[in-house]
Amino acid sequence: MDIRIIKAAAVTDAVKKLYMDMNYYIGDDIMSALLKAEDGESSPTGKSVLSQIIENDRIAAREEVPLCQDTGMAVLFVEYGERVVIDGGSFEDAVQEGVRRAYIDGYLRKSVVDDPVFDRVNTKDNTPAIIYTTIVPGDKIKILAGCKGFGSENMSAIKMLTPSAGLEGVKKFILDTVKYAGPNPCPPIVVGVGIGGTFEKAAMLAKKATLRPINTDNSDPRYAALEKELLADINAMGFGPAGLGGDNTALGVNIEYFPTHIAGMPVAVNICCHAARHKETEI
Amino acid sequence: MAKKITLPLTDETIKDLKAGDSVLITGSMLTGRDAAHKRLYELLENGEKLPVDIDGEVIYYVGPAPAKPGHAVGPAGPTSSYRMDKYAPALLDRGLKGMIGKGARNQAVIDSMIKNGCVYFAAIGGAAALISNSIKKMETLAYEDLGTEAIYRFYVEDFPAIVAIDSKGNSVLVTKAVNDGKES
Ligand code: SF4
Repeated sequence: MDIRIIKAAAVTDAVKKLYMDMNYYIGDDIMSALLKAEDGESSPTGKSVLSQIIENDRIAAREEVPLCQDTGMAVLFVEYGERVVIDGGSFEDAVQEGVRRAYIDGYLRKSVVDDPVFDRVNTKDNTPAIIYTTIVPGDKIKILAGCKGFGSENMSAIKMLTPSAGLEGVKKFILDTVKYAGPNPCPPIVVGVGIGGTFEKAAMLAKKATLRPINTDNSDPRYAALEKELLADINAMGFGPAGLGGDNTALGVNIEYFPTHIAGMPVAVNICCHAARHKETEI
Repeated sequence: MAKKITLPLTDETIKDLKAGDSVLITGSMLTGRDAAHKRLYELLENGEKLPVDIDGEVIYYVGPAPAKPGHAVGPAGPTSSYRMDKYAPALLDRGLKGMIGKGARNQAVIDSMIKNGCVYFAAIGGAAALISNSIKKMETLAYEDLGTEAIYRFYVEDFPAIVAIDSKGNSVLVTKAVNDGKES
């Protein structure tokens, strides 16, 4: 069997670039959605908020500064080709070093504390990043990376629905979570939904859903239709840009699903703001 | 059209500001978020002296990103205000005149704003790079060990915000879905 050797430094450089780029340059999917929202917004305040967000994202790209001061906690979904061997260090360390360098050299905010309850001392380099690795066939490493701010992360929720709740139960939980969040998570938001699996699988799927470009649909037409229906329902809520009223409360709803147990139907809702930063690379 | 206002806020200005007004703020303000608020609150509870005088001040809930060389300050957009709700009334009782943040406030804060004659401004969450262009200078006032969460003084020119809740308690924040109770 052929193996492929990848230098640890190449992994570090790739991760560093992902995090600097995603914080400076908003994705095309979000920018197009913001422009469309601005165009269609009927509330003058809402329209003005959207113009300022668009202007903000352009300034950030031009000046190469983070588009939001909350540069989040780094989360990476890795598909690691089983024929890859890392030379010059461990894969885990190489990724953490990439995050560390991006946050230090890239003037990103360090927002991670070492202990959640007792000390809460800042780690000063935004590590540790959270890394989910799957081993796949092949000789490549594919990384899907994101960094969500906690204004929106704090508005997320999970519920262990049971099968009798049905489609109506799923919709109600998602919409209730968005209603509860209201003006807090920096609307217009992106809603990531994970359905099925187990308790933690649903939450991971929801996170992964926030990292999918919002101009893509779920490949199952029934879930794709549900994404569209929920988006319309959320925009009818009227929270609007910055929660000051208007037609655009959300830019997109992305759903990911997974097989589940005969007794269960877990649903996780990971709310993300308009600063929906995600980027992919392959080494 | 945006109203131009200067800091410190006079009682006159506060009375004139109505929920929904767009404003451009010029002057100097304090910053502070979760960790600094917790410390200020604990000092007040113990009857101790605060490290900064908050009387007549406006506080901006923000934890700025580091400044790149050549920039006065890094991106500095608002953080969610509700996390400061527990501490805000005690600070308003001590003379704080304005707060800048994003999102909703609870009823206790609104009641205290009415009682003390105070305004709550919303800055646009996630517009950090745009907002930071209006911040001309910053200096550290207290709690340097908290890093981004320290208390700074910001000197701002035409800082864009909206009066979210005015001193009468009127609010333009949409805190309940407008279609609630209807078929969705
Ligand atoms: S919720 Fe998003 S846009 Fe708002 S402050 Fe946090 S990271 Fe920035």
